[in-house]
Amino acid sequence: MGTFHDDKGELHGMTVVVDTTGPKVYIGRCDTETPDGIALLDVGEHVEGETTKDAYIEKANKFGVFAQHKKLFVPRAEIASVRKLGEL
Amino acid sequence: MPYDPELVAPMRQDMVTMGAQELTTETDVASFMEAKEGTALLFVNSVCGCAAGAARPGLRTALGNDHRPDRVATVFAGQDVDATAKLRSYFPDIPPSSPSAYLVRDGELVFFWPRHQMEGRDAPSVAFGFVTAFDEHCE
Repeated sequence: MGTFHDDKGELHGMTVVVDTTGPKVYIGRCDTETPDGIALLDVGEHVEGETTKDAYIEKANKFGVFAQHKKLFVPRAEIASVRKLGEL
Repeated sequence: MPYDPELVAPMRQDMVTMGAQELTTETDVASFMEAKEGTALLFVNSVCGCAAGAARPGLRTALGNDHRPDRVATVFAGQDVDATAKLRSYFPDIPPSSPSAYLVRDGELVFFWPRHQMEGRDAPSVAFGFVTAFDEHCE
């Protein structure tokens, strides 16, 4: 199911989980994905600690996330994986 | 800034024709939520093409199921801003999401569909999700 913003990449409008190579994981609505990285909207951020990344993602899959960032850009070099939250 | 009313009119109408009560003010929402007996579905409508485009027809199909909510209502995120905020205030632990849907039984939330569970799906797939929950929670 596409959108009418083909120039923004196929994930535009989808809620995605952006795992990083470090302790942070982001969940937000993809605005644009480019070779440089991914721009997200209404982004929840989690730093692995008492709660694991997997536990945060599991809860997010049930209810969504409270946004801590209205907009956020994650550089490609920091990205370990990008997955659609609704498909996890 | 709320969306152009002309833009959202067909999306509103879509909900009305499937029998949903439109809640456009905080008072509307409070009155609807005051009646706690039985089951109620509250759909947060949205212009989002990735999710709402399939969510509305999916819900329409699901409401034809033998088991379905006693009452159905809708608010329009980004349009009926106060009504949407009022509805969300009843579920403070649930992050804002649009489109989304709350299924309430006897005043208690029993199921929630966030936007990401509808994104990229087709209407039959969304309908299946609603029907599964209706079969479990509705008479």
